Amino acid sequence: MAPDLPATSARPSRWELAWRQSDYWLTVYRRTWRGSVITSFLTPLFYVLAMGVLLGGFIQVAPERLEGATSYLAFVAPGLVAAQSMQLVVGEVTYPVMGMVKWNRIAFGMTATPLGPADVVNAHLGFLVFRLATVSGVFLAVLAPFGVLTSPAGAVGAFLTQILVGLAFATPIYGLSAGLRNEAAFALVFRLGIIPMFLFSGAFFPVGNLSPALETLARLTPLWHGVDLTRMFTLGTLEAGPALVHLGYLLAMAGLGYLWVVRRLTRRLGD
Amino acid sequence: MISAVGLRKAFGDFEAVRGIDVEVRRGEAFGFLGPNGAGKSSTMRMIAAVSPVTSGSLRILGRDPAEDGPAIRARLGVCPQEDTLDTELTVRDNLVVYGRYFGIPRSEVARRADELLEFVQLAERGKAKVESLSGGMKRRLTIARSLINRPDLLLLDEPTTGLDPQARHVLWDRLFRLKQQGVTLVLTTHYMDEAEQLCDRLVVMDKGLIVAEGSPLELIRGHSTREVAELRFGVGEHEALAAKVEDLGERVEVLPDRLLVYSDDGEEVIARVHERGLSPVAVLVRRSTLEDVFLRLTGRTLVD
Repeated sequence: MAPDLPATSARPSRWELAWRQSDYWLTVYRRTWRGSVITSFLTPLFYVLAMGVLLGGFIQVAPERLEGATSYLAFVAPGLVAAQSMQLVVGEVTYPVMGMVKWNRIAFGMTATPLGPADVVNAHLGFLVFRLATVSGVFLAVLAPFGVLTSPAGAVGAFLTQILVGLAFATPIYGLSAGLRNEAAFALVFRLGIIPMFLFSGAFFPVGNLSPALETLARLTPLWHGVDLTRMFTLGTLEAGPALVHLGYLLAMAGLGYLWVVRRLTRRLGD
Repeated sequence: MISAVGLRKAFGDFEAVRGIDVEVRRGEAFGFLGPNGAGKSSTMRMIAAVSPVTSGSLRILGRDPAEDGPAIRARLGVCPQEDTLDTELTVRDNLVVYGRYFGIPRSEVARRADELLEFVQLAERGKAKVESLSGGMKRRLTIARSLINRPDLLLLDEPTTGLDPQARHVLWDRLFRLKQQGVTLVLTTHYMDEAEQLCDRLVVMDKGLIVAEGSPLELIRGHSTREVAELRFGVGEHEALAAKVEDLGERVEVLPDRLLVYSDDGEEVIARVHERGLSPVAVLVRRSTLEDVFLRLTGRTLVD
């Protein structure tokens, strides 16, 4: 029996290493999907009924004051879809990531195997893409009968946008969580980041209603870019220039966030 | 299996491992003995190819961990100091998903999971959630998990810390069986009885350095006497009385609660203590242990 490893052994690809974690994520999903049905499917539907249908019934304004939407429901629906994508991933990359590196420390167990920190991130993001796809897919399908999707192509565009919105939020916040020693910072993320963004980034009303300074601030938030892009797709008001800006912004966030999270997690697990 | 020369690990200004040379051979059980903070865990994490080496050279299974980390880790079994089990999954699922990280096919990993649950005496608990297990059971599960890839080298960081005596003996028995099967074991411990029970060869670490190396017997022979007479006097008297007995043995150590007189004949020491009119509250003659070796080498006890 030779004591050493063979001089050459084929390295598994990044895809292969991420895929090896599919059983783990499937097991997690089998355990948690029932609970997530309520938060991921029913809650958004309640929002659509309460804000879009019932509150929207009191709102009668010309389409030009609603960025081209013919009803408040048609205006608010894409906003809710994008906001839902944000909230879904933020929930997945805050406390659960803290658990992986601090409480049950399973990330340390995972990287004691051939998997490295980048592989752990890749598989986790893969799971998030699956969650985003199922949740926003169902959400858009439920919205279809309300007549708020103007074309099938637009619906597909809105669907794909959700994956991008999700990843744009997931990677930077994952990066934050991966390096945090204390979870108290999450309260700030939610109270000063996620909730104000949810309320003021154009999901519920056109940001033109804000004061000029606040409007500029709103237009700098990632959620506004996500909402506006989703809305362009559902309303059929796609304009190449602004759409490319949204796309570039969200891609840059997801990409830079990815580099950051891999660096932070590598440092956390390698100490 | 492991070859380290001048191995160092620094965290900022703090040097946890300050240049150690280690050679571990196939099939042996090798131990790092030392108190908390001696640099044992930092060394283990470098050997596990998860913590980068600050300087010095390290080869594991003939490879450089900086270059071939994943290939090395594929052949290691790691039982970390703190359990990293997923407490919300079942006992068996913890093994199965872990085996998949090594790329072991599902049917094979299922077979091995059942085999290992049997081996660590957890077969009946397979469907239980991990959070319902006792500390000893969790440790056994962690050991089972570390064996799922049939490792060439098993790394155990403080495997029995925090366990009750019975749980420790169950675990030692399992580790002893693995050793008999030819698995190379590397373990850290601050328990001298654990080191004596399990290790063929060990290094004593203190403050990031190796202070002695050898088999438990060699270390005891080389750094201590055959026997030790322990003398317990009244509180606060030990320091003063040490001078009165120091010629009775090769060496005397003063501990807060007793005097240790090192001699090849402990009974003889006790007899002469009484001859001198001294009356200790309690006496004990015992064989030297690694604890005495450590005390000799560092002037401190292993467990504070």
